[in-house]
Amino acid sequence: MVSARTARWRVRLRHLSGTDVALWLIGALLLAMVLIGSYKSLQAGRYTTRQWLDFIIFGLAQGGVYALIALGYTMVYGVLQMINFAHGEVFMSGPFTAYFVARALDKAGYFDSYPILSLAIVFVVAMAVSTFVAVVLELVAYRPLRGAPRLVPLITAIGASFFLQYTFRGLYGSGVKAYPDIELLQGTWSLGPVVIQKTLVVVFIAAIVLLVGLYLFVQHTKIGKGIRAVAEDQQAAALMGVNVDRMVSMTFAVGGAGAGAAGVLYALIFKQVHFFMGFIPGIKAFTAAVLGGIGNIPGAMLGGLFLGVFESLGPSLFLEGLGVPAPYQLKDAIAFTMLVLVLIFRPTGILGERIAKRA
Amino acid sequence: MNLLEVRNLRVAYGAIEALKGISLEVREGEILTLIGGNGAGKTTTLRTISGLLKPVAGDILFQGDSLLKYRPHEIVQKGIIHVPEGRRVFARMTVQENLEMGAYVRSDKDGIAEDMEKVFTLFPRLKERRNQLAGTLSGGEQQMLAIGRALMSRPRVLLMDEPSMGLAPVLVEEIFDTIRELNQKQGLTILLVEQNAHMALQIAHRGYVIETGRIRLHGTAKELSTNPEVQKAYLGG
Repeated sequence: MVSARTARWRVRLRHLSGTDVALWLIGALLLAMVLIGSYKSLQAGRYTTRQWLDFIIFGLAQGGVYALIALGYTMVYGVLQMINFAHGEVFMSGPFTAYFVARALDKAGYFDSYPILSLAIVFVVAMAVSTFVAVVLELVAYRPLRGAPRLVPLITAIGASFFLQYTFRGLYGSGVKAYPDIELLQGTWSLGPVVIQKTLVVVFIAAIVLLVGLYLFVQHTKIGKGIRAVAEDQQAAALMGVNVDRMVSMTFAVGGAGAGAAGVLYALIFKQVHFFMGFIPGIKAFTAAVLGGIGNIPGAMLGGLFLGVFESLGPSLFLEGLGVPAPYQLKDAIAFTMLVLVLIFRPTGILGERIAKRA
Repeated sequence: MNLLEVRNLRVAYGAIEALKGISLEVREGEILTLIGGNGAGKTTTLRTISGLLKPVAGDILFQGDSLLKYRPHEIVQKGIIHVPEGRRVFARMTVQENLEMGAYVRSDKDGIAEDMEKVFTLFPRLKERRNQLAGTLSGGEQQMLAIGRALMSRPRVLLMDEPSMGLAPVLVEEIFDTIRELNQKQGLTILLVEQNAHMALQIAHRGYVIETGRIRLHGTAKELSTNPEVQKAYLGG
């Protein structure tokens, strides 16, 4: 007797095409590279435990930022089944505008006398601007295209992305602007043998608090339930008295608020803002959303954190061990290789659709 | 008194006309059934009443007020609720969250809690499964949930599209008993669309027979079930 399992494998083997074999070989090769590279790096012992910890903490902070941006991608996808490629610009608009507020507060000396209040003001301004941009974007660029073929809003999104980039460049100039240093966040904390940068810890904690807050909002408030109902079945939601257009606006608003907050956290880590700053983090967050399972909110959070850490550890962990020159230049390549691998081997992502849609 | 009135309704999907001028009236407190075969226009009629489709011509009046100017969620606010074909419960939400979605247009917390208890009395099985995801329920339980969810809006008129679809005969029996009970005990006005004409005519007061977008016949349920034409075409006799 052949068990059902072996039978299934036989069928699969028979249907295996040349492309499949090639893809699996590439996958196996990459996995082997990662494993061998990591082994060699660890053998060489070029980095101390403390340095590895630094990489992980930096990765977590960066990953928290990715996760907050990814939330917007994944929620919009859940509701409209479209990728809002202008989301990176929503992310840029908030901190770029809030920069001027931050500079004014800094000049007036408020960052030294009332650091927490000043920081709160910067956050509120950035989140408000990003929310506003996201909501207007949906209203002007996407709503008239509801019901159009899926490619149409996608192209519009790319157009909107350029429009926003150059609008903000026109408004605030093309130069890189340096966010003020905040005395309170300078320096390090030491927990026994572990020494960590204050900024990174604060960024990570803030990101987690915001993520949990937004998640609870979507799970437990009336608006959140309306958003989930629309994401699951737009018509059934309308038949229950949910104003679908309003819920779509709210989805963009929540995503925009997350992106605006992420923007300030990003500016706290990298200390600078400019009109093009949304592009790379935007695509990284999109990668994180796909990695976690697009449309799935916890997935986006998990994907963001994972990508952040992977990207931060990767160059020293496995690229250096393989003797790659200038491994840090390949940080982005690691992220996008991962995107391609996920799309090939597990298009549903880590937490992709576990429940069958309907009986 | 006519609670809901459909006048000469014409609805088209592109160039294809699905309703070619339908008129019907739903009286307060009755169960009215709309029977007909596949593609006759039953579902289209309900979807137009609840605002999901816009008619080419004609009018829909609720207590004398034209519904055509309202969007679907506003029609729900007026007191018309639609239990759609195929149940369409929110599979990734719990039973309780589904019921809360039914009360989306309301904000009276106490009233909502009270109505939820009523739904649980009507369908005790839903109470046992209140924290379970709706997607894990059986077909019959999902139909109960769809009905319970609709009741949570405290409707004036319940529009039901094929509640018997895909259910075992015992369950169909149970669902139809519930529909009758809702009408008799709570005085709920119901517009019931069914392919199962036999069951529908047993509980309805009056009925309309719809064929390829037109009303073919109408009368009391008794008249229709003894009409030779109806017997031949829909009752298998």
